[in-house]
Amino acid sequence: MAKPIVLPSSGKRPMGERVKEFFADFWRQRELQTMVLPGIIFMIIFCYIPIYGLTIAFKNYTVIDTLSSAPWVGFDNFKIIWSDKYFWDAVVNTLGISFLKLGIGFVIPIILAIMIYEVSLTRFKKFVQTISYMPHFLSWIVLGGMLINWFSTTGLFNQILLDLGLISKPSNILLDPSKYWWIATLSDIWKEAGWGTILYLAIMSKIDPTFYEAAKIDGAGRLRQIWNITLPNMKPIISLNLILTVSGLFGSNLDQTLVLMNTQNREKAEVINSYVYRMGMTQGDFSYATAVGLGVSIVSVILLVIANKVTTKLNDNQSVL
Amino acid sequence: MNRKAIKGDLDSRIFNAFNIAVLLIVSLVIMIPLWNVIISSLSSGRALAEGGFIFWSKEFSLENYRAVFRDSSIWQAFFISVSKTTLGVITHVFFCAMVGYALSKKHLRGRKLYVVMGVITMFFSGGMIPTYLLIKSLGLLNSFWVYIIPALFSYYDVVILMNFFRNVPDALEESAKIDGAGEWRVFLKIFIPLSMPAMATIALFNGVGQWNDFMTTKLYITDQALYPLQMKLYEVIVQSQTQSMQNIGSVMIETTTKGVQLATIVITTLPIVLMYPLLQRYFISGMMLGAVKE
Repeated sequence: MAKPIVLPSSGKRPMGERVKEFFADFWRQRELQTMVLPGIIFMIIFCYIPIYGLTIAFKNYTVIDTLSSAPWVGFDNFKIIWSDKYFWDAVVNTLGISFLKLGIGFVIPIILAIMIYEVSLTRFKKFVQTISYMPHFLSWIVLGGMLINWFSTTGLFNQILLDLGLISKPSNILLDPSKYWWIATLSDIWKEAGWGTILYLAIMSKIDPTFYEAAKIDGAGRLRQIWNITLPNMKPIISLNLILTVSGLFGSNLDQTLVLMNTQNREKAEVINSYVYRMGMTQGDFSYATAVGLGVSIVSVILLVIANKVTTKLNDNQSVL
Repeated sequence: MNRKAIKGDLDSRIFNAFNIAVLLIVSLVIMIPLWNVIISSLSSGRALAEGGFIFWSKEFSLENYRAVFRDSSIWQAFFISVSKTTLGVITHVFFCAMVGYALSKKHLRGRKLYVVMGVITMFFSGGMIPTYLLIKSLGLLNSFWVYIIPALFSYYDVVILMNFFRNVPDALEESAKIDGAGEWRVFLKIFIPLSMPAMATIALFNGVGQWNDFMTTKLYITDQALYPLQMKLYEVIVQSQTQSMQNIGSVMIETTTKGVQLATIVITTLPIVLMYPLLQRYFISGMMLGAVKE
């Protein structure tokens, strides 16, 4: 029959009986079990084996070794990290770009979502949404190629600045290391800000319109309504996004870095991810690259826990996770 | 209940005007650069060398596209992109739906363990190097299957489908089973047809991911015959970057590579642009389940 009889498991029945019953059920559900089995096998191979593979961070793994034959070296790989100047340069760049993205990139989608929500012309609203979601679907390679063209000396960016009289001579800012953090941040915002409004708009569409009616009767202007009704209703989702952003501070966009980094701006463009990529894939130092990656993931988990604690406090002791 | 603010007081009208003006600027900031890329890709080498146009080219020409299509490797890359995207999407959606169907049954023995195993994969991963070593030991380096097999499963998508399957009325399943249908039959004949919106959403997002994916190639593929469009474009970009950096090429060579680069960008993006209306319909009506509405 459709559903097997599941007896309430009571501690009184002997272990052997329960095991037998489990296998009897299991056999009866063999069709369902064979459907879930490929997924379990997939997870073991493609998720859990690499997690086990993290142990090479504590080994001295070379190309000729197998995972088990490589000798254990304890925390040696992690000790090297402390004195690795290039790694710390990458940390500074990662954090610099992440904080710019957090400071600007986090607020813009919220403002944009509120502005879109406040538009009452349906057609115009649809138009703005259609346009602003579009860049999200471009790959970073495509956008990187576009940016290289826009910023070239004969490109769009220089031409606009020349027309506006802001510069007198065109220059390629992608070759200027001091501008790289801003390029990485602003291009990311250009690509993702519109997409970031979707979740906020979904939440706002659920706000009870009678709140606004009541506020209007009380004489509240539009800005006042946004401040006192729209924003408080978005507090949980904003907190959730903030937690996720903070825990991702040490993460960076590898695709973006690989396409925008060049020999001129490398000192400011190298981030942790691209450093791991370079150490591991280009230089073949698998153990060290894994140690760096693992160390950064552990710091990220710690950040996630702290951010959750802080926002829980701010949200009247309710966790949004 | 729509707040018809147009007819509102002066304050409200100023607010609206300001709001619409800013949003218009935002739209222009997104559209003008994209327009500029299209126009530039259709420009002659001479116009590109001179540069300095925003909305309209000084001289139109199809030479960039001709140059790109003359190279047979672009067709090869296009073929790889299309086949990895179609095959990848079909297998991914089917695989996730199958697992999601089984997991949607509360009475499934061992379900708790399976779910915990799945949730862990959402938060932890081995990262770049251990995954690379796994792929290498599985013999997937320089194999087309590296695009398909590691991308088969995502627990996130399993959860979305599982929740969707839960909303299918039990009565349908029960009556089918009384008529003697097995789990596979119920899954294929009842659940899959009823879950098309959810599956289409996942298929579209996965498809965009597959089409845009470049790291898989960068990490695991060195055989040029297996390069998809994204990697091809990356190569073109890197080439022209080094050329202009070393300043070895004459102005003419540099601009042809620039034109080729622009045309490759447009060709690589075109399928996404063509799919965009469909995408938009599904990420609004499917993903948010009608949450984004006016």
